[in-house]
Amino acid sequence: MNSSRTPHRRLRERFRRPDAVTQPVVTGNSVLLALVVATALGFDFTNGFHDTGNAMATSIATGALPPRVAVAISSVLNLVGAFLSFSVAATIASGLVQTHLVTLTMVFAGLAGGILWNLATWYLGLPSSSSHALIGGVIGAGLASAGGHAVQWHGVTSKVILPAVLSPVIAGVVAAVGTFLVYRISRGVPEELRGRGFRLGQIGSASMVSLAHGTNDAQKTMGIITLALIANGSIGAHAKAPVWVIVSCAMAISLGTYVGGWRVIRTLGKGLVEIESPQGMTAEAASASVILLSSSFGYSLSTTHVATGSILGSGVGKKGAEVRWSVAGRMAVAWVLTLPAAGLVGALAYATAHGIGGTAGTSTIFVVLAACATGFYLASRRTAVTASNVNSQWSGSIAPTPVPAGAAL
Amino acid sequence: MNSWINLTALWKIVVIGLLMGAGLPALFAVGLRALVPRGGTADPAQAGAEAGTGATTSPALLGKLIAALCFAAILAAMAWGIYSIVHNS
Repeated sequence: MNSSRTPHRRLRERFRRPDAVTQPVVTGNSVLLALVVATALGFDFTNGFHDTGNAMATSIATGALPPRVAVAISSVLNLVGAFLSFSVAATIASGLVQTHLVTLTMVFAGLAGGILWNLATWYLGLPSSSSHALIGGVIGAGLASAGGHAVQWHGVTSKVILPAVLSPVIAGVVAAVGTFLVYRISRGVPEELRGRGFRLGQIGSASMVSLAHGTNDAQKTMGIITLALIANGSIGAHAKAPVWVIVSCAMAISLGTYVGGWRVIRTLGKGLVEIESPQGMTAEAASASVILLSSSFGYSLSTTHVATGSILGSGVGKKGAEVRWSVAGRMAVAWVLTLPAAGLVGALAYATAHGIGGTAGTSTIFVVLAACATGFYLASRRTAVTASNVNSQWSGSIAPTPVPAGAAL
Repeated sequence: MNSWINLTALWKIVVIGLLMGAGLPALFAVGLRALVPRGGTADPAQAGAEAGTGATTSPALLGKLIAALCFAAILAAMAWGIYSIVHNS
């Protein structure tokens, strides 16, 4: 664990590692690189199902789309979105940690932090930001490996923390104003036309959010894999993401989205506000425009923060709507904890991997990570939220009210 | 302060965000409302308010035209949104 004596330690590791001699020098450690890429794609997958709700929760809650259809549409649009824009990848890779200090183990540990936090919040049904989890993990690993100077604090504050505070507020205000206007204007419209019209509109605005999500979030993983490739010396320091990275990240996030994070969808769609289709349409329109505008200014926002802010806003903007601030409060706590918690896991993972050393260390963390993921999955089965019960009455927790005895599914 | 936060970008995001995020749904609502046949409103209180503007003529065509314009504007805005994603790469 005494990783501060780096030069000697690294040298010793190099000699201990059997593959150090046999491998071509230029490509570095390809086993390690493969583990990092696999873990990054795993993170991308969790990113997908954690965030399905950002775009589709409201459409599912109002019945505008059947749950399965909603996740399928979102999945396809995420895939398309991932191919549309590559500007964010650059900022993630270069603005937050000192690129020249980045090692593969560090990237790997950061990913481990991100994945574990994503899984924990998904289990609790809390829509926390996947991007913050990832950034937190990488920062934590960076601190553990090289100390405070490895982190570009200015970049972290101006690119991550401030937008995270501002974006839900802006999205909330936009959604509240929109909801107020929409209800006011559509007052005279007969219920049938109103319901049908807004549900259609909702599908449109939710689709835009999915597309925006693909352009934003798939890139974060592209950025991380690119960072790993740079750290490994496989590509130059300012190189763009190779095509295979773009394709595999797009596939991973799209698959994740299709699996559907029903627990998070339920909290967003049923837990915060009882959503009607006009609110849903406005919330998604607000999310889409705030995300698209910000990314056109180079800010990589968390879609989760924006979507949650919008949904809250749509509750505030409608007279007499019930907003469950206690649920919102729990989310806010999770948001504040995301960076430090993922950072702590990232740091621990780094210390462990580095302490054991080399491929063995990384493999150990990889196995632990897989075991944790399996554990979360098994635990989630006990209070399973699926496409069939995602919309059942909100009873204070993510777990839908247990089916009465005898009426088992 | 300006190296921490880009105020120009911030107010642009707020203003354009309001125009698009709140304005487009409002426009959508206007379009829906224009589709309602005059005098055929479900809510009696509203029907009274509308009737004064000339319920007997029932300008369904005008309503449809207004609705079409609203929806076309929204589609155009969405197209612009997609274009802005691609363009920014």
